[in-house]
Amino acid sequence: MSRIKRIDVLKNKLLLVSIVSLIFSFIFLFIFKFFFLFVGFLVLFIILLLYNFIKVTRKLYDVVGTRLMLFITVSVIFIFFLLLASLIQGSFRIIGEESLSELAFSSTWKPFSGEFGLFAVIVDTLIVTAISMLIAVPISLLSAIYIAEYAPKKFRNIVRPFIDVLAGVPSVVFGLCALLIFVPVVRDTIAPFFGNKISSGFSLFTASLILSIMVFPIIISLCLESFNSVPLALKEASLSVGATKWETVKKVIFRASGPGILSAIFLGFGRAFGETIAVAMVIGNQELIPKSLFGPGQTLASLIASTYTEVSSIPILASALIFVALILFIVVLIFNLLGYFVLRRASKRWKY
Amino acid sequence: MNRRTLEEKIFIVLMLASVFIVMGSLILIVAVITLNGVPSLSLEILTQTSEGGFYLGPGGGFLNAIIGSLLLALPATGLAFLFSIAIALYLQKDFLHPSFANFIRLCLDILWGVPSIVYGVFCLTIMIAVGMIGGSLLFGIIALTLLEIPIITRSIDESIKMVPTGLKESAYSLGSTKFETAVKVVRRQAMPGIIAGVLLGFGRGIGDAASILLTVGDSNYFPSSITDQTAALPTMILNLVSMPDQVVQNKAYAVAFILLVIVLLISIITRYLTKKSSKHIIK
Repeated sequence: MSRIKRIDVLKNKLLLVSIVSLIFSFIFLFIFKFFFLFVGFLVLFIILLLYNFIKVTRKLYDVVGTRLMLFITVSVIFIFFLLLASLIQGSFRIIGEESLSELAFSSTWKPFSGEFGLFAVIVDTLIVTAISMLIAVPISLLSAIYIAEYAPKKFRNIVRPFIDVLAGVPSVVFGLCALLIFVPVVRDTIAPFFGNKISSGFSLFTASLILSIMVFPIIISLCLESFNSVPLALKEASLSVGATKWETVKKVIFRASGPGILSAIFLGFGRAFGETIAVAMVIGNQELIPKSLFGPGQTLASLIASTYTEVSSIPILASALIFVALILFIVVLIFNLLGYFVLRRASKRWKY
Repeated sequence: MNRRTLEEKIFIVLMLASVFIVMGSLILIVAVITLNGVPSLSLEILTQTSEGGFYLGPGGGFLNAIIGSLLLALPATGLAFLFSIAIALYLQKDFLHPSFANFIRLCLDILWGVPSIVYGVFCLTIMIAVGMIGGSLLFGIIALTLLEIPIITRSIDESIKMVPTGLKESAYSLGSTKFETAVKVVRRQAMPGIIAGVLLGFGRGIGDAASILLTVGDSNYFPSSITDQTAALPTMILNLVSMPDQVVQNKAYAVAFILLVIVLLISIITRYLTKKSSKHIIK
């Protein structure tokens, strides 16, 4: 009895809400001129009205809800292929005008005179990513091992939030810090130390430094996950035959979680490869083949960020930039797939 | 002391050093932004828009960028949440064959790794196709939604995997349908993951510069409709840094400070809410 009453009250409330939403929709149309909100509230009104007059059974709920969820889930695959297709379609124009080999192996990037050679930019990207990974991988691995195996519980509880926050710091903020700290340090200390006295500080090396800091949290948190999933029995077996803790780490944990580490490195690589803003702020933005690590350069992602403003004056530049984005997408796709297959193969072979 | 223990000692020192590099870099970032940002903060800079001489001299404020960022990130997070919760619930074994679910997870993982600038370029291609060059709030929201869907879905999916099968089975045995079980039982049980995912996505959305750099344009006023150009915190930092005047450049640190405070607040709120909501889940 009381349950039926409650449903009646609920329905009355819904009727009220639907009328309020109708009023809102007209307010938005006539006072604020927000057409989208008008349509949104109108749809809400219609739905609520229908809800009041159609007898909604639990079966109908189930069918409609499940279909809706299926539709949304399938739309994700649709988004994925739409992304790929629109990038390919957008870069048709540049591939038609310049051959692929010219795009990939010519190193003159002069959009104003119609030359779109990406070789220098690709070389710079590879160098920056490689150096940042060289710095980031050992440091992240060592800290992950410390946090997972050696650290006392109290310390672990302090470090975890640090890593989470570091992962959440916006890339502009990283770039700003690099501008303020790393650029002067590279200009005044590191570059002269390696014999380069003319470096402005805006260099490939500066970009690699900030990139390595940005990659730390990704590699550390993924490695921690795979270290923590190594079964305790494996470690105990190693310790019981007289291995030291470090030997256990080296010979048992690293080996058992090897695929996890590898896939973490792949993901970190993808992140470093595609990072845009922080790199664009400190790399110097010149499309040159680097003569030294302390000279200016340009990566694929920062090329898009630093030249997109000229899209309206040079129409074909848009197509060239879409082509660059396509390269980024495909490289990230390949590295993600590699990480996925490494993990899958490993999980088939390693059954503990 | 033999070779084995010596090796261990050396590596412990190296490990400690690297942990302090990692922690130190965050402390350094927060310290640098705070020390440089707080002196240029004032009530005036927080409550005025950047009309007039904000990019030229000492006056003006960046309230329009704060509002712009919220107008971009809040709807985007809302939309992404609606999509993500539906996807994550549907990826359960009850609805979808595991091999197909794993294929969708792979797609989501790839989308998670796609650099945000690619989403920006994707929206740029739509803008060129539609003929609305210059950018608008709408395309910024689309780009951020696409960026956030994989992040939020992943987090929700992880926590849904933890839901015990027995709980679902007892819901079925009481006669509830699949949809009811998913929405009423599994959703409640996965609440900590949902909260963490939504706030994580919001933090990424509000701080991401690359995707909105290409899609929202710039403006000195409050956006009055969804097709208007708008300012946002990350893009404003980029604009301010590129100015030659030192006084104007210092404002960038104030904006970055506000952005960092927002991100830290989100992190603290996440911790508090996940702790609070995980009290009620059934183990």
